[in-house]
Amino acid sequence: MPNIISDETIEYVGILAKLELDEVQKEHAKKDIGEMLDYIDKLNELDTANVEPMSHVFPVNNVFREDVILNEDGSYDTLKNAPSEKNGGFEVPKTIG
Amino acid sequence: MSLMSLTALELGRKIKAKEVTVEQAVLEAFEAIEESEEKLNSFVTLNKKAALKRAKEVQKAIEEGTLKGPLAGVPVAVKDNMCTKDLLTTCSSKILYNFLPTYTAQAVMNLEEAGAIVIGKTNMDEFAMGSTTETSAFGATKNPWNEAHVPGGSSGGSCAAVAAEECSFALGSDTGGSIRQPSSFCGVTGIKPTYGTVSRYGLIAYGSSLDQIGPVAKDVSDCAAILEVIASYDEKDSTSVKREDYDFTSALIDDVKGMKIGIPRDYFGEGLEEEVKEAVLKAAEELRKKGAIVEEFDLSLVEYAIPAYYVIACAEASSNLARFDGVKYGYRTKEYDGLHNMYKKSRSEGFGEEVKRRIMLGSFVLSSGYYDAYYIKALRTKALIKKAFDKAFASYDIILGPAAPTTAPKLGESLSDPIKMYLGDIYTIAVNLAGLPGISLPCGFDKKGLPIGLQLIGDCFQEKKMIQAAYTYEKTREGKHSPFSKQADTTLGQKGESRS
Repeated sequence: MPNIISDETIEYVGILAKLELDEVQKEHAKKDIGEMLDYIDKLNELDTANVEPMSHVFPVNNVFREDVILNEDGSYDTLKNAPSEKNGGFEVPKTIG
Repeated sequence: MSLMSLTALELGRKIKAKEVTVEQAVLEAFEAIEESEEKLNSFVTLNKKAALKRAKEVQKAIEEGTLKGPLAGVPVAVKDNMCTKDLLTTCSSKILYNFLPTYTAQAVMNLEEAGAIVIGKTNMDEFAMGSTTETSAFGATKNPWNEAHVPGGSSGGSCAAVAAEECSFALGSDTGGSIRQPSSFCGVTGIKPTYGTVSRYGLIAYGSSLDQIGPVAKDVSDCAAILEVIASYDEKDSTSVKREDYDFTSALIDDVKGMKIGIPRDYFGEGLEEEVKEAVLKAAEELRKKGAIVEEFDLSLVEYAIPAYYVIACAEASSNLARFDGVKYGYRTKEYDGLHNMYKKSRSEGFGEEVKRRIMLGSFVLSSGYYDAYYIKALRTKALIKKAFDKAFASYDIILGPAAPTTAPKLGESLSDPIKMYLGDIYTIAVNLAGLPGISLPCGFDKKGLPIGLQLIGDCFQEKKMIQAAYTYEKTREGKHSPFSKQADTTLGQKGESRS
């Protein structure tokens, strides 16, 4: 059964993905995601009921280490990449009215 | 003859023997770049001034005897998703058009410490999302063998630069085939190492559980030597693995007697071009003649690797690419209304179509209500795929197949149908899902004169078996690694000749 992506879903995906889409792009995205999901639905042919999901191929454990400072203060160079900076910090638009 | 026609190891030896200087090598690389770039567009950024300065330092260190490694003084091109301090790192995206990293990726650092000279950053599919290097915000790279064709991707710039002899060797990264497929299309040799072998510190993440950095070079010996330098256990990468062996060049042995090689029948089905099939099976026959035991078998699950990959890679990408928000670095939109609108507009204007497509799909499969049906399902499929490979490696040392179902398609043919483009990665993608090492090396040409790639897959941490089989095959082959090379015909893979 083909996947039909609703207007509400694509609106929601836009919020999650932090992307702004115009009407034409929304229609494109609906079609694209629908077609990809149709293709991905192929996975449903596989019986995976008793299979543990595998996020990592090798056994991974938390890696702990002492929090030792190895680098120098890089804030000046880091801020040079910021589109906007003020008083040694990243400048963003006003967030509270 | 250009010094860039030599393999990295040959050039390294000449430098050590004082037949040429490091500066000469670097200057010749830039001469070659000047000649080819207008046609090929392999590079996003060149690093000439710093490279020439570094050449002098390295020359001095070689003369003083402090730099003794085989890559000392050898020019390298680095894919533009690896951070290089004070050198533009764009991921071929508008959103990082002006990004100057404050540190260097560990793999690149390892090369620099070995005396290799970074001459520039190579073009790629935007954020490594693509199979043709056409999704770059800075224009497509062309295939040096035929400029009407793509070089493959996403490490297309690195592979084209090696094939066109614009550098001695290059670094690429491979999430679903991004080193092996363009190596195949460009007639060069590339390795995707076992997951965790090369540090991902400083590699701008796409699919973190799949990404690996690896070498792209003119032959197997170079690849082994480069891997030996870039591989390291790194505390800064929490998925870095402490390996027992890093001596990959010790596997450069011309012998496969008794080695068991499996050919998956399911790799030779529908969609595989006849000429590719013939060349790959001929390569298997050569290995059989050299004493390997070659058998066909059923790997199974091959057709499920691509859908599982797209769910997992896009899910991880949607999270990894959340950091590009117009605050800390890169592009910020000109006009906006408040913080969230600034985020959204910066991202929508800064990312290209393919990147947005994958971020949206990834956000969708991770969203509540769909997470189990898609994301968890894909992770369960991944477990099955890993099991299928485990079963295969219980019987075989190496799996042999094509790197890609076709040779390089024409420019503009792939992007219109994303699913068709994704299908081009059918032989490479499962290797990433299972964390395995894979190598692509040239095994012939089609009637159009485009290179065909052979892929050898090893079990986890068994790079050496893979390198040995690849090296042995390479020795049987009279070939040429570059359309430009004047000497390659007589040196590469000549029977019985030792190159090390």
